[in-house]
Amino acid sequence: MATDIKTAELTELEQFRKDHGLALHEERQLTTLNLGPTHPATHGIFQNILQMDGEEIVDAVPTIGYIHRAFEKIAERRPFYQITPLTDRMNYCSSPINNMGYHMTVEKLLGITVPKRAQYIRVIMMELARISDHLICNSILGVDSGAFTGFLYVMQEREHIYDIYEEVCGARLTTNMGRIGGMERDLSPKALHLIGEFLKRFPKVWAEFEKMFTRNRIFVDRTKDVGAISAERALSYGFTGPNLRATGIDYDVRVMNPYSSYEDFEFEIPVGAKGDTYDRFLVRNEEVWQSLKIIEQAYKNLPEGSYHADAPHYYLPPKQEVYTSMEALIYHFKIVMGEIDAPKGEVYHSVEGGNGELGFYLISDGGRTPYRLHFRRPCFIYYQAYTEMIKGGQLADAILTLSSLNVIAGELDA
Amino acid sequence: MELTNENVLGKIISEFGEENIWEAYSPDGIMTFQTNRETIHALIKYLRDDEELNINFLTTLCGIHFPDLKDKELCVMYQLHSMRHNYRIRIKVFFPIADPVMPTMTDLYAAANWMERETFDFYGVQFTGHPNLTRILNIEEMEYHPMLKQYPLEDQTREDKIDTYFGR
Repeated sequence: MATDIKTAELTELEQFRKDHGLALHEERQLTTLNLGPTHPATHGIFQNILQMDGEEIVDAVPTIGYIHRAFEKIAERRPFYQITPLTDRMNYCSSPINNMGYHMTVEKLLGITVPKRAQYIRVIMMELARISDHLICNSILGVDSGAFTGFLYVMQEREHIYDIYEEVCGARLTTNMGRIGGMERDLSPKALHLIGEFLKRFPKVWAEFEKMFTRNRIFVDRTKDVGAISAERALSYGFTGPNLRATGIDYDVRVMNPYSSYEDFEFEIPVGAKGDTYDRFLVRNEEVWQSLKIIEQAYKNLPEGSYHADAPHYYLPPKQEVYTSMEALIYHFKIVMGEIDAPKGEVYHSVEGGNGELGFYLISDGGRTPYRLHFRRPCFIYYQAYTEMIKGGQLADAILTLSSLNVIAGELDA
Repeated sequence: MELTNENVLGKIISEFGEENIWEAYSPDGIMTFQTNRETIHALIKYLRDDEELNINFLTTLCGIHFPDLKDKELCVMYQLHSMRHNYRIRIKVFFPIADPVMPTMTDLYAAANWMERETFDFYGVQFTGHPNLTRILNIEEMEYHPMLKQYPLEDQTREDKIDTYFGR
């Protein structure tokens, strides 16, 4: 009976379809949308093939590897000091952290203790790098939600951070900063001046940036409850760094396994509650303040002493000595040619990178190059969760989620 | 319970038996030991679910190739972390390259998915039960697993790069 009623009540459209021999009802049709590999909103080269039901994302297939440069393979053929420039190119928004994480790993293998002054300089540079990393991530999040001003405003401050890098190591983006055993030179008076100026100027800038976004109705509506992930899922997905802290877990390598004298400084770990885009934004904002606090403490209490360890086998001698002293010339030659063997061993060292626990797992067989060097790249591990985070949401939200995760293509692909 | 290398190892050995856990040492403070393919899945599940140990975070996993070790050419290293106790542990499984099969950990840790795909891509380790074991960083058409030691970094037939003295 029921079927009869149904045929009796054909709508005009259904009648038309029936008359023309078409199926009565249109099938639900999904649209395939290719997001990336080069798309202004992905901020890097990776692709997502989205299945869309109207505006809603039904499924996503991520493809990565577009800028895979086989760093792990290259590292097996390079003397230890030549691997630092490879680490620059992983998370290129905060290269000094990668450089120093790698240096500390090799120092752990060689058993070198770095003097306090070098450790404090490292802390200053790493925290500056963290600020520049978070600054880009949060301001880009603003750009993707339609607020361009904040981005241009704080980008100027990133330039000032890069000026400090330039004064310390000579480079701006791919820094190759420091050496195995310390820094390549002491902080110059100009570098100290620039850092002092930055500490004076930046709080005002960041306060204004926060004012522009934190209570901004449009921004809050766009980011709250968007791309949320629970703490359990985040742990299962191997989240670390600000993205994990936004879910409410206070895991920070700087506090749990202090390296480079982080135990000397007072700072807090900000945590979120829901793990959504807004929480990630807030956690990063607060971390910038904490980083400033650390830099201030390190800057004020910068100890006297040498800026590098006394490790002539691994640390290049001063150039003027190379020309005048036989011993220095020999060391210089052997180090530059990569003819110095490292002891046998196996170490893992991790640092709190811009977007999570950046780990280096190094096996040495007693040769001039690592036998195996594995990078634990936080991006690569947590980007897997992206599909799960955007399913059921809207396309515009997926873009914001991607920005707030701070996925850096260089680190993703290594 | 304060986790130390001794009591964790004791607990694991009493659970899985001495024939399955061997060569324990700590090269950099992180306890490292070997186990076999049959035990690894149950072991990692045990470490995750045990109330006292609570080693429930998969930090990383990677492959290693030792061409000189007969029938133990390939190795997969798992590094796990207990955030509650701030305790790390490293587990290695060696197996012959002729039979590169490992059980998957994707049912225990969602993070293992891409890590295992990367290990497959680089070393050709077949993870049984993996939902989508395809190459991740290299192209699909690649015919070899590039991180194996027999593949040199540069094209060895090139003559413009030969350097007799420093062994390119």
